[in-house]
Amino acid sequence: MALENGMKLLFLVCGIVSVAFVLLISVYLIIAGLPAIREIGLGNFLFGTRWAATAAEPSYGILPFILTSVYGTAGAVVLGVPLGILTAVFLAKVAPPKLAGILHTAVELLAGIPSVVYGLVGMILLVPAIQRIFSLSSGACLLAAIIVLAIMILPPVINVSETALRAVPKEYEEASLALGATKMETWFRVSLHAAKSGIAAAVVMGIGRAIGEAMAIIMVSGNVANMPSLTQSVRFLTTAIASEMSYAAYGSLQRQALFSIGLVLFLFIMLLNAFLNLVIKRGGKQS
Amino acid sequence: MNCLSAKRKFRDGFLKILLSICAALTAGLLVVIIGTILLRGVGGLTWKLLTSQTSYLANTIGILPNILNTLYMIMVAMVIALPVGVGAAIYLTEYAANARFVRLVEFATETLTGIPSIIFGLVGMLLFIQIMGLQQGILAGGLTLVVMVLPTVIRTTQESLKTVPAAYREGALALGSGKWRMIRTVVLPNAMDGIITGCILSVGRIVGESAALLFTAGFGLVLNGFIESLQSSSATLTVALYIYASERGETGVAFSIACILLALTFLLNLAANQAGKHLKRRG
Repeated sequence: MALENGMKLLFLVCGIVSVAFVLLISVYLIIAGLPAIREIGLGNFLFGTRWAATAAEPSYGILPFILTSVYGTAGAVVLGVPLGILTAVFLAKVAPPKLAGILHTAVELLAGIPSVVYGLVGMILLVPAIQRIFSLSSGACLLAAIIVLAIMILPPVINVSETALRAVPKEYEEASLALGATKMETWFRVSLHAAKSGIAAAVVMGIGRAIGEAMAIIMVSGNVANMPSLTQSVRFLTTAIASEMSYAAYGSLQRQALFSIGLVLFLFIMLLNAFLNLVIKRGGKQS
Repeated sequence: MNCLSAKRKFRDGFLKILLSICAALTAGLLVVIIGTILLRGVGGLTWKLLTSQTSYLANTIGILPNILNTLYMIMVAMVIALPVGVGAAIYLTEYAANARFVRLVEFATETLTGIPSIIFGLVGMLLFIQIMGLQQGILAGGLTLVVMVLPTVIRTTQESLKTVPAAYREGALALGSGKWRMIRTVVLPNAMDGIITGCILSVGRIVGESAALLFTAGFGLVLNGFIESLQSSSATLTVALYIYASERGETGVAFSIACILLALTFLLNLAANQAGKHLKRRG
């Protein structure tokens, strides 16, 4: 009996440890992120347009990072989401099972490739191409990052949309076909419409992946704290942390400001999660 | 079909072509990415690269330390994450009577899944290095990864535990077994392939992770023993790829590492699919 109770207690501890981790992350991010915000001032921090942490007169405005992250994510969504959804329609409805199987394996492989590998390929193929096309001094810019991100969000968008499309009741499609609609009209007007909450979830997941990505885009975005512009070297919220943390001195305001950037990023993701839960819950109610 | 108006016919054809183009584009992207990696990386994959370490004195580049570091990292992270994750899942599905606690843990694991890895790196550095006083190394990196892969282990285990029929449990209990004995002898063996799937997915995430390891495991390229590497800066394959590509300008080496990572990804996907198929056949 002692063993039985002991095991129960042990498993309970495991559960508590998992919850504790989430709490620890949130609490530590807030504790570590607040001092710099308090010292710099929330307005100056969030809306300051100049980041120069190591200048003689340091300035800690992260608006360039926030805007770059927002524009970069938006760009990736604009390019990647339509491509992903249309590929999902092809996989779920058009492709013969064998071809769908092969494509599916391809998408899985795409999902598993580590982000640094995307960065490396982008650095070698994309950056020189952009440099040549726009005759820039360096091709490492926001546009390159957007393209890399668009490719990286394809797998989650395709997988989740495909699942949603396959879950559309056959009766809907059969009814539409029986009314004289063509297959294409059925898929675009009926199936996509019926799967819209699943597809919305796919888009939100894509946004989450794009906004949190660091290593792939640090290699192609040039990493200078400019205000975002397509062909200029830029720095994202994530890459700001990744690139400065290694040389920011312990206890310096710069290091604390990097934690504050982490906090801002965390809040972005939490908002997105809350939104995702809302979308899924509403979709659940619909069906 | 010949009663369709010309406009509808045109639109139909257009959409069909559009769908095919999109699918072809997605497949094409993969072909280009994999082609580039193989084309530029395979040539550099020599025995010497795989079995030596980088040295400034001898002016050689080798990635043996990084291969070993990746293996150490998998070991350290899984040795901790597997028991804790499986334990938490067992508690949630077999013991927990409090629905609110279950929902809390599920909310927590869901939240953890969405957090970007750079934030894990940030908090890992804060928690394990600044507060607990560890040195940059496999131990601090591994602990950070434990937090990252816990949700995966918990969720896949929970799902496979749920597929074990209630009749099995009732049978065991009716024969007079205690709860733990029932779990050990009846439930866990039947949920094994789900747990294995979770492990494979977690290993995949550990192999591919880089942002969370930058400040926790560090950039070290030196060959260390296992014990030594726990507390000394050690770059895994992904971090080494980043170092060689961005800071050393050695893209050839970086592509060779990318080849190895690609092969690992492919094998892990294959293994996860096999385990998944096994699970489906039984369920």
